[in-house]
Amino acid sequence: MLDILGRVFGREEAPSKEIAKERLRLVLVHDRATVSPQFLELIKEEVIGVITNYMDVDEEGVEVSIHNMERSVALVANIPIRRMKRAVKAV
Amino acid sequence: MGEVIVITSGKGGVGKTTTTANLGTALALMERRVVLLDADIGLRNLDVVMGLENRIVYDLVDVTSGVCRLKQALIKDKRFNENLFLLPAAQTKDKTAVTPEQMKALTAELKAEYDYVLVDCPAGIEQGFRNAIAGADRAIVVTTPEVSAVRDADRIIGLLEASEMPEVQLLINRIRPSMVKRGDMMDIDDILDILAIDLIGVVPEDDKIVVSTNRGEPTVLDANSRAGQAFRNIARRITGEQVPLMALEAEHGFMERVKQLFGFGR
Repeated sequence: MLDILGRVFGREEAPSKEIAKERLRLVLVHDRATVSPQFLELIKEEVIGVITNYMDVDEEGVEVSIHNMERSVALVANIPIRRMKRAVKAV
Repeated sequence: MGEVIVITSGKGGVGKTTTTANLGTALALMERRVVLLDADIGLRNLDVVMGLENRIVYDLVDVTSGVCRLKQALIKDKRFNENLFLLPAAQTKDKTAVTPEQMKALTAELKAEYDYVLVDCPAGIEQGFRNAIAGADRAIVVTTPEVSAVRDADRIIGLLEASEMPEVQLLINRIRPSMVKRGDMMDIDDILDILAIDLIGVVPEDDKIVVSTNRGEPTVLDANSRAGQAFRNIARRITGEQVPLMALEAEHGFMERVKQLFGFGR
């Protein structure tokens, strides 16, 4: 009912171009990231490089991927830890 | 030495062929010597849009496979002195009938003699696209203000950058000012924001495009067409002139038409 009144008295919801822009933004994040698997591999190697300064990780088990959520796109990294390095405590 | 410009888009139906025909005609009217090269093998259309379909003897594949010499296959458009030529696509072959190396050699030969070689690229990102961009110095990516077309344009821009295309510019086609005004169509800034490349021009939706295509006469020949004016402006920008973007007001009401008649409008 409110919906109908809203339509009679003016704008029903956000202008449709805003919806178009938001949908495009999300789909392009994913499109651009999936263009090259090499890109993800590169990120994975660099992430491993940084993490191993602080802990021992199972390099074979590291997974880096792009996930589509409802309203956002996330870079998800799964990094199994073997052992913490003692030196970290000093920080 | 001339310039090879590929007109591309990814998505079909956004106006690549219309753009190629109109920009080529506008450049010819500016006394530049132009070749229009239809790279859409198997689905040729530039010939009908230009109204030259009855004059085809040889085609692109006849040239690359050595059946005829390049000069024999070029159709001279008699409406534009010695300025405009068409090299039609083959209709009975497929995209693999030509290789990127052959296209490079062909466009190099053409640009040695002509000022502009405009290549009408097929839709898609496969071999036909690879062929069409092979010898190009510049790419004009055509899109419309719709999510599907903008998405495909983004993909094409990525591929052009990966193939180290020296210059990539965007042409926004079929924009409808009245829809933009009420927020129901993405505007120029929205699209540039998303795609982040240089803009070469914006062409408004115009019924006259359909009429001129029906007749086989490019719309730039119509002095009253808004789309024709936009294409003429883009042609001038291609030659390096600085031309401001046309004001895109909503469709004219009666009073605007009267004002325009007396020279007060744009």
